[in-house]
Amino acid sequence: MVTAMTDTTKEKQMTDQRDSINDRVANKESESNAADNRSSMDDIHKNEEFDIEINGTVGKPFVDNVKMSSRNCDVFYGDKQAIFDVNVDIGNHEILAMIGPSGCGKSTYLRVLNRMNDTIPICRVTGEHKLDGEDIYSKKMDPVLLRARVGMVFQKPNPFPKSIYDNVAYGAKLHGLVRTRSDLDDLVEKSLIRAGLWKEVKDDLHKPGTGLSGGQQQRLCIARTIAVDPEVILMDEPTSALDPIATALIEELMIELSGKYTIAIVTHSMQQAARVSNRTAYFHLGKLVEVNETDKVFTNPEHKLTENYITGRFG
Amino acid sequence: MSKQYKNTDTIRAGLKKRYAREKRFQFFGIASIFISFLFLLVLLVNIFSQGYPAFQQTYVKLDVKLDGSVIGVSKDSSPEELFKASYGKLIKNTLKEMFPGVKDRKKKRALKQLVSKSAAYDLRDKIIENPALLGTTQSFWFLAKDDVDVFMKGDIDRTLPEADRRIKDFQLKWIDKLLAENRLEKRFNTTFFTAGDSREPEQAGIKGALIGSLLTMLVTMALSFPIGVLAAIYLEEFAPQNNRWVDIIEININNLAAVPSIVFGLLGLAVFIGFFGVPRSAPLVGGLVLTLMTLPTIIIASRAAIKSVPPSIREAALGLGASKVQTTFGHVVPLAMPGILTGTIIGMAQALGETAPLLMIGMVAFVADVPQGILDPSTVMPVQIYLWSDSPERAFTERTSAAIMVLIAFLVVMNFIAVLLRKKFERKW
Repeated sequence: MVTAMTDTTKEKQMTDQRDSINDRVANKESESNAADNRSSMDDIHKNEEFDIEINGTVGKPFVDNVKMSSRNCDVFYGDKQAIFDVNVDIGNHEILAMIGPSGCGKSTYLRVLNRMNDTIPICRVTGEHKLDGEDIYSKKMDPVLLRARVGMVFQKPNPFPKSIYDNVAYGAKLHGLVRTRSDLDDLVEKSLIRAGLWKEVKDDLHKPGTGLSGGQQQRLCIARTIAVDPEVILMDEPTSALDPIATALIEELMIELSGKYTIAIVTHSMQQAARVSNRTAYFHLGKLVEVNETDKVFTNPEHKLTENYITGRFG
Repeated sequence: MSKQYKNTDTIRAGLKKRYAREKRFQFFGIASIFISFLFLLVLLVNIFSQGYPAFQQTYVKLDVKLDGSVIGVSKDSSPEELFKASYGKLIKNTLKEMFPGVKDRKKKRALKQLVSKSAAYDLRDKIIENPALLGTTQSFWFLAKDDVDVFMKGDIDRTLPEADRRIKDFQLKWIDKLLAENRLEKRFNTTFFTAGDSREPEQAGIKGALIGSLLTMLVTMALSFPIGVLAAIYLEEFAPQNNRWVDIIEININNLAAVPSIVFGLLGLAVFIGFFGVPRSAPLVGGLVLTLMTLPTIIIASRAAIKSVPPSIREAALGLGASKVQTTFGHVVPLAMPGILTGTIIGMAQALGETAPLLMIGMVAFVADVPQGILDPSTVMPVQIYLWSDSPERAFTERTSAAIMVLIAFLVVMNFIAVLLRKKFERKW
């Protein structure tokens, strides 16, 4: 509850930049409810801005040029259902941003896409999830291969306690992608250049990756991910721990990378979603409320809940 | 003003108390460190002051007339004949010549006991090595008997009335004479480090127990480290969560850590010796029993170390497509290694000092030979210390302390190696 509250406060600050303060005071109560989520349903019912019925996803969740898709996705943690019937496509070479209040299931959904939820014993995923038409939850799909094809960048930069070089080289070595030492050197250099980190670290490749600053660490993690050359990159709030300058660098990087990769990003910053993504998906209490072109979501949302969220009526 | 900043005043008023509490705590901390150091110092000083004389041993120089006819051998005798001859006679004769006029049976025996029984064997070895010595007179340095040695180290007060001394007046005269002729000398006690146990203190050494301990520790280490660490890894990383069987195993491991060690000895006696027929008194069975005893310590420490590896590292590796085993052995175990090694050090140090379970499996026996392998009968250092401390001879007292010093040195070396290993793994980035 306490952490959830802090998250809401963070979001509040972000939306603050755009919205008047007056609006927010009236909705203070609903903010705390958003954090409290399902545990205090009674309170929520009092807030009309928050409590609007969701009848399926509005907007355009499906695209023609599909890279990954989910149909009837439900996720349970033990007896508790975290995600309710999500249907969405992620198009080739697009950036899909997922926004929504804390605890709405957007990170959980992201982890469905590379089966990271497998590591949580009580977590159960149902529905049909496809990568290039292949079922990623079928017995034939090896999670190791899937995660090599669908890379992930985490919220907190998590470089290995090894040198910068070894961090980037790890995935390639793991999968046997390179044969010679010089190929590996080239791959490390290329990945670091693409992650925009090469200039800063090219003389310190054998220094520990954990000695870098937060923003550099996160770019190192991105370099590590793209060194494996995945088809899709999932980013779980990749800039939430970074300052605005590092954030800007990573956002630029995302736009650059989208030429080659398909990217799905979870973010708490609506400006970030607006800046980088092609399409935006709004999650609410485990349900996918609206998916639309990013411009449309932020200028003319179809669903009332989306509008309430992006205008900062609740966090 | 004061009303406006009421909190400031309250905090200021409490500050003094807070700092006083802090100071008090620091004082207690320093005091407890001081006290523990004091105890350690007392212990070490006591052991060292008692034990250091054992590193010196008195030798006696005798000019032995190597008359082959007395013992029935000659230069041309076969090595077998030379081996069988009783060289004690030569030494006895030499002593008789040096101190003529000893008639009393008791005194005669006392005269023979100026030198150690090992002198005859020393002499034998020298003659077998070079039979040409027969017929000549040679000077040799022999081990002095323990009573002479103790006297030479000043542990027998010659001012005491004769009845209260182990060395009587007539013996004192002999010793004084030997001293006057420079025939008594204290040298570094190599015997202590090269011989096994013996009934005679001057011939007793720690080597048998040292090698026994080393072999036992090797067996313990070779078994308990891999088994313990792998068990911990499985339980922590692979075992199903909230499984009844896993819970039962966990509870049992925790309980095993608290089982009195002698119980493990009984178990070892019944299972390893009784059922599997492992030779008793051997480092193998000792190592097996100590493995049982060490396993819970290593498993518990390793699990704690593995648990403390941040989950983000696991996620990072899994997210790149590493398999569970690659993640565990490539990232989790190396990061947990310092903690695992700490647990292993504690477990091994415990095992090194353990006596009770070994009594049950026959390692308390008197073993004079230095063990050559893990199947030879042997004893270990703590048991050796226990055996010596039980012996009535004065010379064993100092050997007991000396053996404790060797045990401590062994422990320090073992821990030092472990700390070096840990430093190697402990790559703090």
